[in-house]
Amino acid sequence: MRNYKFIIQPERAFVFRALIAQLFQLPTPLRACEEDSTVELLSGGEMLVRALHESGVEYIYGYPGGSLLHVYDALYKQSAVKHVLVRHEQAAAHMADGYARATGKPGVVMVTSGPGATNTITGIATAFTDSIPMVVISGQVMSHLVGDDAFQETDMLGVSRPIVKHSFSVRRPEDIPELVAKAFHIASTGRPGPVVIDIPKDMTMPNERYEYVYPKKVKLRSYTPPQRGHSGQIKKAVELLLKAKRPVIYAGGGVIIDGSSDKLRALVDRLDFPCTNTLMGLGSYPGTGERFVGMLGMHGTYEANMTMHHADVVLAIGARFDDRVTNATSKFCPDAKIIHIDIDPSSISKTIIVDVPIVGPVGNVLDEMMALLDESNEVPDAEAIASWWKQINEWRQRHAMRYEKNDSQLMKPQEVIEAIWAATKGDAYVTSDVGQHQMFAAQYYKFDKPNRWINSGGLGTMGFGFPAAMGIKMNFPEEMVVCVTGEGSIQMNIQELSTCLQYGIPVKILCLNNGSLGMVRQWQDMNYEGRHSHSYMESLPDFVKLVEAYGHVGIRVTGRDELPQALEDTFNKYNDRLVFLDVAVDPEEHVYPMQVPAGSMRDMWLSKTERT
Amino acid sequence: MRHIISILLENEPGALSRVVGLFAQRGYNIETLTVAPTEDNTLSRLTMTTTGDDRKIEQITKQLNKLIEVVKLVDLSEGPHIERELMLIKVKAVGAQRAEIKRTADIFRGQIVDVSASVYTIQLTGTSDKLEAFIEAIGAGCVLETVRTGVSGISRGEKILSL
Repeated sequence: MRNYKFIIQPERAFVFRALIAQLFQLPTPLRACEEDSTVELLSGGEMLVRALHESGVEYIYGYPGGSLLHVYDALYKQSAVKHVLVRHEQAAAHMADGYARATGKPGVVMVTSGPGATNTITGIATAFTDSIPMVVISGQVMSHLVGDDAFQETDMLGVSRPIVKHSFSVRRPEDIPELVAKAFHIASTGRPGPVVIDIPKDMTMPNERYEYVYPKKVKLRSYTPPQRGHSGQIKKAVELLLKAKRPVIYAGGGVIIDGSSDKLRALVDRLDFPCTNTLMGLGSYPGTGERFVGMLGMHGTYEANMTMHHADVVLAIGARFDDRVTNATSKFCPDAKIIHIDIDPSSISKTIIVDVPIVGPVGNVLDEMMALLDESNEVPDAEAIASWWKQINEWRQRHAMRYEKNDSQLMKPQEVIEAIWAATKGDAYVTSDVGQHQMFAAQYYKFDKPNRWINSGGLGTMGFGFPAAMGIKMNFPEEMVVCVTGEGSIQMNIQELSTCLQYGIPVKILCLNNGSLGMVRQWQDMNYEGRHSHSYMESLPDFVKLVEAYGHVGIRVTGRDELPQALEDTFNKYNDRLVFLDVAVDPEEHVYPMQVPAGSMRDMWLSKTERT
Repeated sequence: MRHIISILLENEPGALSRVVGLFAQRGYNIETLTVAPTEDNTLSRLTMTTTGDDRKIEQITKQLNKLIEVVKLVDLSEGPHIERELMLIKVKAVGAQRAEIKRTADIFRGQIVDVSASVYTIQLTGTSDKLEAFIEAIGAGCVLETVRTGVSGISRGEKILSL
């Protein structure tokens, strides 16, 4: 325990630090000075908590440990910043992520060194892939022990480097406020992303206090996210849109992140163009809107994929031409001129070469586009657009989203999602895990508002949905928050049922239980002659008993007739309780449409037997 | 095609690892890499050579620019530039070869910086092509050891890379 010498003998510690400072020509640390009321002296731990508060933090999701004990002591002594104790650090990251996706504000995670830090990696990667603002505070062993393979030492900066927007290591306690301010600035501006701050324990010593200065403005000479798009490019884009005969607007998560869904709606409605959303963009344009053709891509609607394939002008907004959208890039939208608005220059022409790139914030560019449309004497070619809509409506007639209900009581997953949509009046925050249930939720829950559909789109992280729902519910206690999951995914973070009891977080968990890893099984059915290699979940727990053991309500639904009452109980009778709805669904069901691998946008399976 | 990318980088711990890590994680090639502080001690100058088609190089420069610590970046091979690499090479030099190697080194404007009974250590500066030509001229068979700094480069004329 020799590390504690400095705490026990603060005077000696001060002399030692002053000596070190002199040797290395660092500013001499300030001696604690109670008399001077103009200067506030705080320990590193106190500075961290204060700086988080000044950065607008309400909730920290975390788990304490050795390297962070001074910080947790500082947390204990104040009430401005609330801490939520999770049961596994991965869940802390997903909670912060869910909070960030629903509110648009950075989520904050606090974990100890070593395993605490590494347990957040999946959560950080999830946020990174979907451009979600997050600040992760990780403890670190004492500076002088770094590199010695000390107890609970991990090179967190090294481990997290490929999945963060940026990271900092604290080298002087007095830098903490500035680093925190910088971290929030970087995490939340431009293309948002996670930022890690690694803090060695000796930077937070309670007896070493320094002048606390929170910077009024953050200065970073090498970081200047674009503030507006290039006017010439925007003009070119508008000209192209006005000449279009078969246009489509393809909007992604960037629209939601920028808070520009209203602007997207205004543009779509003004031009009377069809609009499709990516998995991340659902809700940016109303799901029940007349001009909405549904989600596009691998499990997109028939009409969305057909519209994309046959378009002559594609306006991509805050979307990144992901491989789950484009199918084979060489066959993607063969006749289209492509306009791409994105705040990240590296997203442009990464997978698909575009004709009119516009680097800038979505909202600002859309404003400028609208202004140009106002000024212009031209209007879209009404006749061409009308015949384009006629074509699209013919595609809609094919009604590829229909599914056959079973004659037996065993429900199809689609009808359960439709029932949830009706029960929540289409207005819930819906989180999901990853797999078939995620796709069914995306397809059959019509999101009319942005920030309501919360899922791990880019990384595809099972175990994301439940903690994300918790993060949202804590921030919006009056709103309905439903986690759509499967019996596979939910078990990846099920320990958080305990956190929900501690803090009283009444989220609703809808488990589409098909007794197998549905999406894996679907691919095995389609590509491996039905050899279900390790996609069958044997020995599932009795979920009802399990959630009851954690102090919550469990309801099992085995047949169609039981569902209405179960939903009534979930949303009314047990409104203030966590309810786990374990709904048996048909394991044979596949997600359709499904694009044919290596094909174009229009090459799809529409059912087990029907192909385009 | 070979490109020379020159970067002004914040002179901070960890900055270099981000640049190098980016190349590894995105599957880009680094052929040579040199880095040292500049006259402004808050900045390092980093020069790397890499290969790829235009699209790949565009992605590389965009991805590098996204790194917070990359202050400025230029692809030197887009315009007229000077590139230099320094090589120290130890060669077997015995008998008649001693004079021949000395002559070849002179032709390449190399300097013999260390001599022993059977070994010359030659210092040679120039483009990477020139250094390779030298090795070919003296014959790879008599080379005992080579060490090269990697390419450093600078634009010709008025163009400068600074804050």
